[in-house]
Amino acid sequence: MKVSELVEKLGLKVYCGNNGLENEISNGYTSDLLSDVMGHADAGCAWITLQTHKNVMAIASLKDLSAVILVKGFEPETDMAAQSDEEGIPVLGTSEEAFTISGKLFNLLINCK
Amino acid sequence: MMHFEFHVEGGNFLKAGAASSQLKKILKQLNVDPKTIKRVVVAMYEAEVNIVAHAYKGDIYIDIDTKKIEITLIDEGPGIPDIDLAMKQGFSTASSVVREMGFGAGMGLPNIKNNSDELTITSEVNKGTTVKFATYLNQ
Ligand SMILES: Nc1ncnc2c1ncn2[C@@H]1O[C@H](COP(=O)(O)OP(=O)(O)O)[C@@H](O)[C@H]1O
Ligand SMILES: [Mg+2]
Repeated sequence: MKVSELVEKLGLKVYCGNNGLENEISNGYTSDLLSDVMGHADAGCAWITLQTHKNVMAIASLKDLSAVILVKGFEPETDMAAQSDEEGIPVLGTSEEAFTISGKLFNLLINCK
Repeated sequence: MMHFEFHVEGGNFLKAGAASSQLKKILKQLNVDPKTIKRVVVAMYEAEVNIVAHAYKGDIYIDIDTKKIEITLIDEGPGIPDIDLAMKQGFSTASSVVREMGFGAGMGLPNIKNNSDELTITSEVNKGTTVKFATYLNQ
């Protein structure tokens, strides 16, 4: 599923990285521990987290992730947003918490497999 | 045989991962297979971030030949008093500020171990740490 479809289906905000809205999302990973994501997330994941700093984008880029979804209304810091635009990895937002948005993403991805 | 070097500043989280990102580009250009790139990048990132999080400054030396990618990180810093303990999943001396950023889960050294084929760590307290690892190229 494309990031743009996900945005539409889950009513997500697009903060930045609009040039990556055509990225393909094949899976999801929910974690606020950077080394956990580094060690275990697959390429093509949407990463669900409450971390809002630039290092998130460094990891997303190194791991070839497709998008980052910030939970509970958290917004990206300025330098995170800048790197999101640079890398073409969108940072999306939801007011929901990690459990809920992860469940919704899971259901969407299961149904399109 | 190719050689690359990078410098890392301790404490500068804004630049953390810059060397890893450069290395990833180099390996892509060299057409290293994607699975190997993934492993090397994970190990390299964790070792680079450890200099940022735990040391004062460091240098990274990368040697690539037809058989393997060998990466040596030499830092000036507090050193590691008990390397076996530091290698344990979940062990971390990271500050609370660093933990709040999501670093300091104590998974870095285990990630390096899991994503390399050779790993040697030597350290002298109050002097610094040398982390050397290699990933084989399956060609
Ligand atoms: N380059 C280094 N210099 C000094 N101490 C280090 C270094 N690398 C790792 N350590 C020590 O080993 C511990 C475990 O490292 P690691 O597994 O990467 O976890 P984390 O970095 O999340 O704390 C660190 O908390 C620190 O005490
Ligand atoms: Mg670490």
